[in-house]
Amino acid sequence: MKIVVCIKQVPDTTEVKINPVTGTLIREGVPSIMNPDDKGGLEYALQLKDQYGAHVTVITMGLPQAEAVLREALAMGADRAILLTDRKLGGADTLATSSALAGALRTMEYDLIITGRQAIDGDTAQVGPQIADMLDLPQITYVESLQYDPAYQSLTVRKHTEDGYQMLQVQTPCLLTALASAVQPRYMSVRGIMTAYDKEVEVWGADRIDVPEDRIGKVGSPTSVFKAFPKELKAAGETVECTPEEAVELIISKLKEKHLI
Amino acid sequence: MNLSEYKDVYVFAEQRDGKVQNVALELLGKARELADATGEKVVAMLLGYGVKGEAQGLIAAGADRVLVVDDESLKSYLTEPYAEAITQIIREQKPNILLIGATTIGRDLGPRLSARNVTGLTADATMLEVSDDEAHEFRMTRPAFGGNLMATILCKDHRPQMSTVRPGVMQKLEPDTNRKGEVVDYHIDFDKAKISRIKILKEVKEDRGTVDIAAAKVLVAGGRGVSGIVDKLQPLAQALGGEVACSRALSDAGLMDHDRQVGQTGKTVRPDLYLACGISGAIQHLAGMEESDMIIAINKDKTAPIFKVADLGIVGDATKIVPLLTERLRSMGK
Repeated sequence: MKIVVCIKQVPDTTEVKINPVTGTLIREGVPSIMNPDDKGGLEYALQLKDQYGAHVTVITMGLPQAEAVLREALAMGADRAILLTDRKLGGADTLATSSALAGALRTMEYDLIITGRQAIDGDTAQVGPQIADMLDLPQITYVESLQYDPAYQSLTVRKHTEDGYQMLQVQTPCLLTALASAVQPRYMSVRGIMTAYDKEVEVWGADRIDVPEDRIGKVGSPTSVFKAFPKELKAAGETVECTPEEAVELIISKLKEKHLI
Repeated sequence: MNLSEYKDVYVFAEQRDGKVQNVALELLGKARELADATGEKVVAMLLGYGVKGEAQGLIAAGADRVLVVDDESLKSYLTEPYAEAITQIIREQKPNILLIGATTIGRDLGPRLSARNVTGLTADATMLEVSDDEAHEFRMTRPAFGGNLMATILCKDHRPQMSTVRPGVMQKLEPDTNRKGEVVDYHIDFDKAKISRIKILKEVKEDRGTVDIAAAKVLVAGGRGVSGIVDKLQPLAQALGGEVACSRALSDAGLMDHDRQVGQTGKTVRPDLYLACGISGAIQHLAGMEESDMIIAINKDKTAPIFKVADLGIVGDATKIVPLLTERLRSMGK
């Protein structure tokens, strides 16, 4: 069984701060991490490796420094790592990102592709389903658990829904998107860390993947950012320092004024 | 692509168990506003099995036309049959704009449609507008960088221009049962081999004790500052006829269910009253509640960002004020 896990290096957005004077982002010193949902997806793949000897490849598209998350994945137990990096891929929106990754996947063998549900820096949750469509694969998103049946080469998957869950059966090859909250990713092992740096991280450029050039990078992006601006907060009302008893009376009178009680 | 062939504002009318979801009605309200600005029509796409009875409700909510695709393969949501049906509609009808709710269903379907039809998809837009000039440029604004920035996105040369919108962000119209509209039965040629690649073995509705906090008129929300008195929030919510909600601090600590979390990684709410107790107000939290009609915030730290959006800010100890306020409301017969 061959599994490819798509991972992304993201800024730890919980650490992003705003400069209160200029209203701009302070990016300096914000640590980069493996996107949590992707790490959950990698854990599912490694569990299938433990159980069925699956071969696990991780791939990321990004700047050269994204190698760090590939090394982390190798240290967790992945077998092969690919860094897709090229100026021609820059400025891509989600569709062009998916096109590039699908282009890489077309040149590889796989039974199962796993992506995270969404990345914490964009929250779009688009890349997994877009790759699946480009490769004409069935997809299951919001995966909470999965079981592989080697006899039928099929997966039984539990999918999270708003009001419960579905149990779905899908034939491989297919694509799943994983939820970080449903699985506890393993730590890197000491041996894994030692060997992670002996393994090669393959670096692929745009010429190595199977996709028309007008589908990748900025040219291949149907969307563009017209403008970006700091969020305007609505004007503040009054703020009062007072005793708990006074606070209660203030709140009561405000509620009465607005006919809420 | 001849852009001028693409017309009208389409809405995916999501239904579950045959019942149209609120988010679809909210999108119809926004679609009506956009279509009135451009002189276009609002078209709802209603997919399901035995769902035609819901069509009139969509017209009352703002649709001029309802395309009903009634097929057994659409009974429960599955990616492929839904993607095939809407793709056929897109190819035959050529929509200018297509809006989809950012639910687990919409977030599964939307990107699949964008890839199949090679067009852009803006995720979780919080503002949708068309420019005042003749071009009627469609502008989709969404939070970026975890809610720290807003970005306005265009999809200039591809159609339809698609966006998902989270439940609770747009406002539905008062239903107008006198509105006239057209209901059209739409036939789809499904690819039987493709739609059978995934089988539903079981569907389970779980009562997670969940409430839809996005539907509540009053929310009493707790943050780190009340982690010691979480059990005191429910009685206060009850006295105010509302529900409890929380910031990420409480749901991460396992003190409250994730379904009650407000903010960037939780839900977007706009109740009549949002009473924030012991919440400092990280930007990710504010993103999910700042549209509330009235915000009252209680926090010990007078520099807490929550005060910047509060109509009334109380610098004080929420652990003391919450029980006192509950008692006071009860004494008033609430």
